[in-house]
Amino acid sequence: MTPELIELHPLDLTLAGGLVVLLAVLAWVGRLGVTRPMLIAAARTVVQLLLVGLILETLFAHATLYWVALMGLVMLLVAGYEVMARQKRRFAGFWGFGLGTVAMFLSSFSVAVMALVALVQPDPWYQPQYAIPLLGMLLGNTMNGIALSVDRLTDGAWQQRGTIEARLALGATWSEAVESIRRDAMRSGMIPMINAMAAAGIVSLPGMMTGQILAGAPPMEAVKYQILIMFLITVGTGFGTLAAVWFAARRLFDERERLRLDRLR
Amino acid sequence: MREPRLRIDDLYGIVGHWPRLRLPAGACATLAGPSGSGKSRLLRALADLDPSRGTVHLDGTPREHFRGPQWRRQVVYLPADSSWWAEYVGDHLAAVEAETLATLGFEPDVAQWRIERLSTGERSRLALARAVALGPRVLLLDEPTANLDEATTDAVERVVEGRRGDGLSAVWVTHDPEQAKRLRAQRFELVDGVARERA
Repeated sequence: MTPELIELHPLDLTLAGGLVVLLAVLAWVGRLGVTRPMLIAAARTVVQLLLVGLILETLFAHATLYWVALMGLVMLLVAGYEVMARQKRRFAGFWGFGLGTVAMFLSSFSVAVMALVALVQPDPWYQPQYAIPLLGMLLGNTMNGIALSVDRLTDGAWQQRGTIEARLALGATWSEAVESIRRDAMRSGMIPMINAMAAAGIVSLPGMMTGQILAGAPPMEAVKYQILIMFLITVGTGFGTLAAVWFAARRLFDERERLRLDRLR
Repeated sequence: MREPRLRIDDLYGIVGHWPRLRLPAGACATLAGPSGSGKSRLLRALADLDPSRGTVHLDGTPREHFRGPQWRRQVVYLPADSSWWAEYVGDHLAAVEAETLATLGFEPDVAQWRIERLSTGERSRLALARAVALGPRVLLLDEPTANLDEATTDAVERVVEGRRGDGLSAVWVTHDPEQAKRLRAQRFELVDGVARERA
């Protein structure tokens, strides 16, 4: 009784693409200055998604643990680069890239493995149809949380170096001196997820649930998956943010607990 | 012979070199030199706020035997411009010492004042109260009276003098030779990055 997925034809995509071109032309006439970036981004969407579709089809055909793990590793490294690129003042050297990557590895990977092994339990547990989308959603959200919160931390430390040093000069520990900035940073990484949970279903239908319903899944099944995913994302983002901000804050100080903004660039 | 309160042997900061200092408890040293010559950097190195090389002893104990925050609680650096992080003055004071506050021209109720109400001069004076309330063994003062009038300068000096009676040692960055005389200080001058004692 499950309805079949209605296949899209190339003509359907061409028509939708034509509307984007029409919008781009209007933007050009109105001198909005977004025509070029819009067309480039649209082209990137097509190329990137086609590529990933090919990769996933190949991966599904060769569902070994090694290929799935390799795919997961590539996704992690790209997310780590993305976190680094979004920092206004990032750490010099290895930690510029390593901080977010290690934190995402610790949180996203462990949450994804736990969800696969203990909760969803596909057979085998690394079955790419479940593992890759799950890891992708976890990484994507954790990446946003970490990028946002670490940027907030380093920028806050830079702006408020006077008060941090004033507290250090009066004998405060590194943790006391950076406490309020660290708390703000941690909070800023978690707020988006809390808001998403609060608004889920009322303001917006979450993307994964929408996709499952379009693919013909019964709404209640899609809802159960969506609830699970939201919880997992909250947990992954939360722990990832806590770990990244804590490590980053510690890294702003050296072994004598001096503020070392020269470690940023 | 008793160990000096503060002993420096060849301290190198990011900028500046202090070859030798023996500062007994209750004594004072002044450091002069053109602006930009690195006086603040030397004090920051001494307080272990900047990385530095060399040997510093506090009452005979090498600096490495203290954790960073422990050291900075004993050797307190008072920068030229003070920073405040909480809403009220009292949140910043380890102890409200009525006598010190009175000497600096404040009633004890200054603890309930909002930071934003304070003038620059009031901030520098309260920064001194904040530093001495910790009961440090050495106070590093970075031109604490540069923006103050004569009467207030006198009050600041009296507070530090009073503490010197209890054994507080002070290193004082100042351009004023008269002030160095009043403080009966060992006088150092930073020339080409080296702190030399003046004869």
